[in-house]
Amino acid sequence: MVDVLIVDDSAAIRKILQRVLRQTDIPIGRVIEAGDGVEALAALKDAEIAQEPTVGLILCDINMPNMDGLELLSKLKAHPDWKDLPVVMVSTEGSQTKVLEAVGLGAAGYVRKPFTADQIKEKLTAIL
Amino acid sequence: MNENQKPVVSTEELVAAVKKATEAVFATMLGLELSIKEAFVEKATAVVPASGVVSLIGLAGAMVGTGSLSCSCEFACRMSGALLMAEHTQMDEEVLDSIAEITNMVIGNVKTTLEDRLGASLGLSIPTVIFGLNFQTRSGRSQEWVVVPFASGADNLYVQLCLGPNKDSAAKPGRPGFALPQVVNF
Repeated sequence: MVDVLIVDDSAAIRKILQRVLRQTDIPIGRVIEAGDGVEALAALKDAEIAQEPTVGLILCDINMPNMDGLELLSKLKAHPDWKDLPVVMVSTEGSQTKVLEAVGLGAAGYVRKPFTADQIKEKLTAIL
Repeated sequence: MNENQKPVVSTEELVAAVKKATEAVFATMLGLELSIKEAFVEKATAVVPASGVVSLIGLAGAMVGTGSLSCSCEFACRMSGALLMAEHTQMDEEVLDSIAEITNMVIGNVKTTLEDRLGASLGLSIPTVIFGLNFQTRSGRSQEWVVVPFASGADNLYVQLCLGPNKDSAAKPGRPGFALPQVVNF
């Protein structure tokens, strides 16, 4: 089972991504939600303290308040326990510059909003 | 736009970018049919009374301004229901969040088109959604809005952009608030 962390300031997008995840062939376990990078780091730390298994996948928006997705990504990649977590960016940011920046920081994939369920499924199947 | 300000991007280009982005969001995320009506330019000072929902998002960088979506509360509920595969009969947190995200996707994709066209990065703010009865919105500066109306069945959606060149050459794209001051009168 793969536990997933969804990081997006839109509850609507978090709900849609949860629904899409459950439609894939990937065995999805817990789905944790965070509204920004700060909440995401807190959720990962909480899981660590509770000695719960680390999530196996992170779906992350870029434009968010408090801590955006690229800052979160760089913090994850600098952390010894979290650097290997696959992070898929899901964002309206579609410029080549932004995509390359995310990939350069270590993103495992990039899906541009608006997205279809198939696009998410294909990306996750290729990564997991 | 005054005589000293030459538009960096033409009205036709803006309309085409809005059309492409809005149709993509409706086809991909909402599954609602949508048809475009004739676009027009509106003076910011010509305040138009409105009721329903207005969602605003700021743009900054090589160009500064605001993008907005506006529609009736009924259509907002219908769009939210289509997005979340749920039924919404009144304005609530889910509907407001859905409209904010639809605005983010539409104006965000317009932003990407503009970035490709300008060869420069733009920043996008977090959307702000306002709903109510008999309120008015206008820009705090003398700018023009490019208004692109759409129809979906009996409902109308207005996607609007108020954009101008950034006079501050040292400005860097970032996480702006509203680049142009907004006024909302209730």
